[in-house]
Amino acid sequence: MKKLDLVIIGGGPAGMAAAVAAYEKGVRNLLILDREPQLGGILEQCIHNGFGLHRFKEELTGPEYAARFAEKVAEYGIPCLLNTMVLDLETESDGTKIVTAVSPQEGYLKLNARAVILAMGCRERPRGALNIAGTRPAGIYTAGAAQKFVNIKGQMPGKRVVILGSGDIGLIMARRMTLEGAKVEAVCELMPYSGGLTRNIVQCLADFGIPLKLSHTVVQIHGKERVEAVTIAAVGPDRRPIPGTEEKIPCDTLLLSVGLIPENELSRQAGVEMDPVTGGAVVDENRQTSIPGVFACGNVLHVHDLVDYVSEEAEIAGKQAAAYLDGCRMDAEMFPVSGKDGVRYVVPQRIRKGAAPFALYFRVGDVYRDVRIVVECGGKTLVSRIKKKVAPGEMETLPLKAEQVSQIDGLVTVRLEQKGAE
Amino acid sequence: MEKRNLTCIVCPMGCALTVELEEGKVLSVSGNTCPRGEKYAQEECTHPTRVLTSTIRVADGVLPVVPVKTAAPIPKELLFEAMAALRELTVPAPVAIGDVICPDLCGTGIALLATSSVEKKEPDA
Repeated sequence: MKKLDLVIIGGGPAGMAAAVAAYEKGVRNLLILDREPQLGGILEQCIHNGFGLHRFKEELTGPEYAARFAEKVAEYGIPCLLNTMVLDLETESDGTKIVTAVSPQEGYLKLNARAVILAMGCRERPRGALNIAGTRPAGIYTAGAAQKFVNIKGQMPGKRVVILGSGDIGLIMARRMTLEGAKVEAVCELMPYSGGLTRNIVQCLADFGIPLKLSHTVVQIHGKERVEAVTIAAVGPDRRPIPGTEEKIPCDTLLLSVGLIPENELSRQAGVEMDPVTGGAVVDENRQTSIPGVFACGNVLHVHDLVDYVSEEAEIAGKQAAAYLDGCRMDAEMFPVSGKDGVRYVVPQRIRKGAAPFALYFRVGDVYRDVRIVVECGGKTLVSRIKKKVAPGEMETLPLKAEQVSQIDGLVTVRLEQKGAE
Repeated sequence: MEKRNLTCIVCPMGCALTVELEEGKVLSVSGNTCPRGEKYAQEECTHPTRVLTSTIRVADGVLPVVPVKTAAPIPKELLFEAMAALRELTVPAPVAIGDVICPDLCGTGIALLATSSVEKKEPDA
């Protein structure tokens, strides 16, 4: 069995940044595994611009952002095994990890690794998770599937489109389909606010006069062989359709942009402790999971809205995996972190005693204006910050300085003090 | 006098801006909470521009299309004209990231660049 120091599962933005960071910390016997024929992950089909504003201070397209990291991977000569699907991850009694994978060039493959970084990304929530009534015709796609058809395969999935869900991929596809000559009739969003970034609502919908119907959902799909129409309806505060508000919109395509789910089958199989809110692993500030030597970063850990933060998080995982391989043990006493009063989740979920300075990443559950974000431990306020607006679609980060981290001696809570919810 | 409502996109605040215009000139901007909002409203109301990203066809490539972008923002009103021009373009593989596909798109003086690479398809043996 091939023996490696570090195996990185996934060659998207998280996997590439983690590999580069680990290499820069001296790890040489490493390998990236990815199921696609090239590195880059989902960025390859995200041909729109807006990537890298934080990291590179310029607006790159997805493939260009990916190329910056792929070039580093190539420059360092970090080996990659592409077209390779990882099937299983297990831990031996001595702590070594066994990664089982298949690929056309290598066949059935077992690798022995001292450390593993999970960077598998996420998947889109499909129709089956929504319980929409009606027939099962052709013409229903997730927004990301449609994006792959248009941007990679050069094929248009339809001409007259309704989009359910206002996640960023749905908004981006509303613009993309419009530019390619389709008519996007409406974007329906169940919630009273969009889950997408403001700039996408303006530049993908408002620019093209596409209506955003907040507090609306699709209640029925019509058509036998192909989608012929959908019926939409307004929903009340209980998110149930309001009778009498139904409107039938003729269309041939329904795109779904209704959320992303971290792809954690492997992590679960491996016995990694999971966070039911993020859908990803429970990690400490080093991004180490409950299994020593197994790290997680990027969208497999929690869904990010900006790739810049994926890269940043992956670099933490890469560096700390290198430290682990150098014999640094990360088994100090842990203090839990939790969100309350409007804070839906916080990553990391645990902080080790004596941790180095780090940042908290979190999401709120509703739109709030003029709030104070408060980080507390044992009745002491470690840090607080006033924000004019927080929204579920925009991840928040809050860095903690050394003197704040040193005060942590128990449960850390992140909460909002609000003047009023919108 | 004309009134226009915009949502500022400079930061996640998303301020609701109201712009008063007369004969295409901005008289006043309100609703912004910082000076960047006023600048955004000025530009949006006088000469709105966008970077266009799309794909063009590739001949004999391992993939049928390659993603492209305009090297700089182009006037917003030219987006559909530019899309029509893109539909007429085909480039032969191989295409490399950064390649100039077209030096002057629709008379804007702005180039169209490839944003990814597509290798040439190996002929079937």
